[in-house]
Amino acid sequence: MTAAQVEQLTMTVTVNGQPHTLQVYPHHTLLDVLRDQLGLTGTKECCSMGECGACTVLLNGRAVDSCLVLAIEADEAEVLTIEGLARHGKLDAVQQAFLDKGAVQCGFCIPGMIMSTKYLLNTNAHPTREEVQDALAGNLCRCAGYYRILEAVAAVEEVTA
Amino acid sequence: MRSFRYARPETLSDALALMNEYGPNATVLAGGTDLIVRLRTGRALPAMVIDLKRVPALHTDIRECGAFLRVGAGTVMTDLIADERVRSRFPALAEAAHSVGSVQIRNRATLAGNICNASPAADTVPAMLVYGAVVNLVSQAGPRCVLLKDFFVGPGRSVLRRGELVESIDLPLPTLKQGSCFERITRRRGVDLATINLCCLVKASGETLFAYGAVAPTPLLVRDDSGKLGNPSLNEREKERILRRLVAHASPITDVRAESDYRAAMLLTTSRRALQTALERLQLQEVTL
Repeated sequence: MTAAQVEQLTMTVTVNGQPHTLQVYPHHTLLDVLRDQLGLTGTKECCSMGECGACTVLLNGRAVDSCLVLAIEADEAEVLTIEGLARHGKLDAVQQAFLDKGAVQCGFCIPGMIMSTKYLLNTNAHPTREEVQDALAGNLCRCAGYYRILEAVAAVEEVTA
Repeated sequence: MRSFRYARPETLSDALALMNEYGPNATVLAGGTDLIVRLRTGRALPAMVIDLKRVPALHTDIRECGAFLRVGAGTVMTDLIADERVRSRFPALAEAAHSVGSVQIRNRATLAGNICNASPAADTVPAMLVYGAVVNLVSQAGPRCVLLKDFFVGPGRSVLRRGELVESIDLPLPTLKQGSCFERITRRRGVDLATINLCCLVKASGETLFAYGAVAPTPLLVRDDSGKLGNPSLNEREKERILRRLVAHASPITDVRAESDYRAAMLLTTSRRALQTALERLQLQEVTL
């Protein structure tokens, strides 16, 4: 079946606090729609198989791989992407900690790393190092810059304080 | 990804009617963590995807139902792991669910989906096997129950009939003290399939069950009724003899994750370790009745 034979579906979704009504194809993922229809290219596409976490966003408050969610599954949902973190030109504490600790090398995995960290800290305000490693196990860094990423997550509390 | 039509029924009868209407051309969607990969690679090419997430009867929570803890088909791994009743009474299942994929995967993947894929390596299945799980199925012909140990037929194949859905999974609540444990060998932690996985359950009577994953065409449940393994002071030779007899039921193959000899050797080693932990937990009175 080609795309031309399949009707688009209407959906509403709130992305970073902004409501949108969209026409989407059933086979398009949330990642496709964020990047190609909403122009939110901060969320990265990498493995497209749910293995690397570059496309991590919060869907109704939960970290998910947006490559493994059909766009239409997010109908009536709230989505938070990396673009939704900074407020009034001020970076979120997690973003600031990543910068302060030099956790960013090529940068490609960082939006996913930061969204996974947001989810972790939303659900567990004082994680142990092991809990941080577990929370980020689904995010691969191809620069292998894990040490500073873990340092940055540990430093978020300092930034907040 | 090749295109398909999408339906999101809001009642169980609508979902079953759609499955009946589209027959082999329909695929049901729960968490999507396996299905969407298969859609992308072209290994699944349905004309219709039926999204089950808005069917209230396929509930997303865990309830106590008489002698069972009932896990709704929509329950995701994250919620299973967080449930205190699961953690205290079925700790090996909480451990197994925690080893599935990554945080992102566990926030989407359902327990029912892990069963329906019928992967020989499914991480949650050995735990459910030793706990005696029952799968509640429903179709237009009506409901039926299948013991999980009778559910799997081969790799990717189960007794699930066309037009039939998993509605919930029942875990019989333990009535006597028992100790259980999940063990897993992988090439790396996080987002890797199990090279082998297994669960061990020791009952206060000494009866001991093992369930092995990724060492046969389906997950395997084996049992030692002698009661000897439940005795912590059993001599090592006798223990070894029984464990070797149990793991001999496995028929591991060589694939990208490991060679068959390695799997067989690690199955024995891991069984010893799991038995030890299960016995310790039994003595710690793991289960508060």
